[in-house]
Amino acid sequence: MTRLKVNGVEEEVAVATVTELLAKRGIDPKVRFLAVAINGNVVRRADWPATAVAAGDNIEIVRPLQGG
Amino acid sequence: MTDQLIIAGTPLKSRLFVGTARYPNQRVMLDALAASGCELVTVSIRRISLDGYSGSLVDLLDGYRLLPNTAGCVTARDAILTAELAREALETNWVKLELIGDRELLYPDVEQLVHAADELVRKGFVVLPYCNEDPVACQKLADVGCAAVMPLGSLIGSGMGIANPAAIEMICSRSPVPVVLDAGIGTASDAAQAMELGCEAVLVDTAIAKSHDPLKMAAAMRAGVEAGRLARLAGRIPKQRFAEPSSPQLGLVGS
Repeated sequence: MTRLKVNGVEEEVAVATVTELLAKRGIDPKVRFLAVAINGNVVRRADWPATAVAAGDNIEIVRPLQGG
Repeated sequence: MTDQLIIAGTPLKSRLFVGTARYPNQRVMLDALAASGCELVTVSIRRISLDGYSGSLVDLLDGYRLLPNTAGCVTARDAILTAELAREALETNWVKLELIGDRELLYPDVEQLVHAADELVRKGFVVLPYCNEDPVACQKLADVGCAAVMPLGSLIGSGMGIANPAAIEMICSRSPVPVVLDAGIGTASDAAQAMELGCEAVLVDTAIAKSHDPLKMAAAMRAGVEAGRLARLAGRIPKQRFAEPSSPQLGLVGS
């Protein structure tokens, strides 16, 4: 298990990569208009399968919403 | 006759930018956007909910040019990351840069704003900052390479119109980049006034979304922006203190 902070919430998950993390959360990694950052750095979509997540990582998973 | 708005080399077919928030429902939002004739629409970037991802607003906005915002950010660091996430999610390097200095007033934090704008321009973004109606702040933002400046008319969502028209007019007369009136618009005459003062465009959200009939208000804003722009180009008469008869003075009956 890896202890991560995902969207501001700490949790223990058994995942090794960004793609696995998305899948674990029920997010289809192929869905459009998603973006991911680890520790303040955006991870390009093409790099999700190969990008490892490590204990203590601070991960943001975002999408567009209504805005003014 | 061409009178095209161009920002960062990109021609935009409408001088009315419209937000996508606060509508009664998505159907009304889409119909209002259509009625407004806008091309550029604003969206926010937010964390996905814990229960996963369910459809996207953006799927509905096909055909519009998206302008993601950094609404709610209070530090340059968070605003920059939000802009970078928006670029990845939406494949646009345009960003409406908001840096909030007071959570109640939603007034911009100019110091953070200039810093973030500078860094985002260096990273290749087309930066449109929401800023104070302050000619010096606007000049600093233009100096660091912002593609436009977007001074507030009055507080976000307040509907108070243009609180300081002289300042907006001053900014418009001096700005080396297009001026977009952002925030405070309450009704169509406010949008027309912004254009008459010299703004190149107007950004409206709440005044349309929260009106009694968003479709009608969207159409009214469109007409207001067009009327104001035409009046600006036409050149208004100077104001004077005394009457000046419009009918001929010679040949009056009975004299």
